[in-house]
Amino acid sequence: MDITLPRDLEAALAAAAAAPDATILAGGTDLMVGVNYHGVRPSAVVAIRRVAELQEWEDRFIGAGVTYRRLEAGPIPGLAQAARTVGSPQIRSAGTIGGNLGTASPAGDTLPFLAAVDASVVLRSTAGERVLRWDEFITGPKRNARGPGELIIGVRFPDRLPRRQAFAKIGVRSAMVIAIASCCVTRDEDGTTRVALGSVGPTPIRARRAEEMISAESRPTEATLTEFSRLVADEVRPITDHRSTAEYRRYASGVMARRLLERVLS
Amino acid sequence: MIRITVNGVARTADPAGPESLLTTLRDRLGLPGSKNACEQGECGSCSVILDGELVCSCLVMAADADGSEVRTIEGIDDHGTLNAIQEAMVGAGGVQCGFCTPGIVVAATHLFEANPHPTEGEIREALAGNICRCTGYGAIVRALTAVAGTEAS
Ligand SMILES: Cc1cc2nc3c(=O)[nH]c(=O)nc-3n(C[C@H](O)[C@H](O)[C@H](O)COP(=O)(O)OP(=O)(O)OC[C@H]3O[C@@H](n4cnc5c(N)ncnc54)[C@H](O)[C@@H]3O)c2cc1C
Ligand code: FES
Ligand code: FES
Repeated sequence: MDITLPRDLEAALAAAAAAPDATILAGGTDLMVGVNYHGVRPSAVVAIRRVAELQEWEDRFIGAGVTYRRLEAGPIPGLAQAARTVGSPQIRSAGTIGGNLGTASPAGDTLPFLAAVDASVVLRSTAGERVLRWDEFITGPKRNARGPGELIIGVRFPDRLPRRQAFAKIGVRSAMVIAIASCCVTRDEDGTTRVALGSVGPTPIRARRAEEMISAESRPTEATLTEFSRLVADEVRPITDHRSTAEYRRYASGVMARRLLERVLS
Repeated sequence: MIRITVNGVARTADPAGPESLLTTLRDRLGLPGSKNACEQGECGSCSVILDGELVCSCLVMAADADGSEVRTIEGIDDHGTLNAIQEAMVGAGGVQCGFCTPGIVVAATHLFEANPHPTEGEIREALAGNICRCTGYGAIVRALTAVAGTEAS
């Protein structure tokens, strides 16, 4: 196995270009499970945790190498709340937002937030940069649009993030749990509301009809909240698997979205 | 070939392919204190402190630890005798079969170095990634709240 340990982006991109099929290693919290359990034996690895540029976090850009530990302590409530639910302290000190996107699991906990705010994923190779909106980047369960030799550089947000943000996730216990369903709700001063859900479809799902209905309500009544909940439950596309049933996921989606909406309204 | 500093001592090792740091520590460097129970980040029995961060060594590719500093349970004592955390764990019955104990002590050490007086809630959260199948956690939490001096009155 060939491994390169670049310290800056130029060296990392050069290494990825020299071995376009190389496995990119960030925190290893997904990749090493593959090595330990599923016989993954990469022939070439580019390990990116030392790359300074990927650690950057500016106003509207978060580098791919930013860990959950940093997100948890950061200024973006929706992401901080999501990061705090990930795995355990050990997983949060190693796992990165870039790795969550690289894996593109329907249960990835940062993904509902990224979907709710219409974040873009910045990709780069020695050939140039591509910026894809989250729903162009995540193409299916555990599938994404990264091309050979490309690195995920980070996520970029639109001009301004909504002021009120809330995230919640349902699992069998309160730590070390993969989401049965997760949800992020944001709301702006003008009422514009966004609702994104995870683990209830092949990729994160935006509940657009529910968004449209509730964005027009400045003071939702009990009846509109109930209708909001119903619309969300109607828009998700859950399946039954070893973690839960489609019926429960659908029901839970509506309940969770409503509770989060009440949080961002209060 | 990788160079790592383990418990203050410069070491070299030759991990095979993508093997984990846990395997390198146990099988190549003669340090079996970090335990291998799940190899998928779920149990915390392999916890080490890598460049100041608490991580599961089963999820660290050893080749990517080149140049790093690692603290394992073998390096966590008070000059050859048990430190306060270890004494308290023994005293309170926080050790039964002992398999989880190295990981718990490493995680607790990492917590206490950052926050010498954690509350019970902070202790429970810091140990959320360490599974114990014997004690039911009560005795472990009692041991650590005693060290923190924050026992519920
Ligand atoms: C015990 C345990 C609990 C977990 N709990 C949760 C949880 O609660 N919620 C959750 O969402 N996830 C959870 N995970 C999954 C995992 O921690 C996350 O998906 C994490 O974000 C992966 O990041 P990483 O840096 O460790 O990625 P790695 O494992 O290093 O990489 C993951 C994938 O992304 C690719 N990749 C990484 N970075 C880049 C980059 N910059 N450019 C191109 N490709 C890249 C890799 O090639 C690989 O395919 C858990 C994992 C474990 C082992
Ligand atoms: S052996 Fe590493 S977490 Fe279980
Ligand atoms: S003492 Fe046996 S697993 Fe914790």
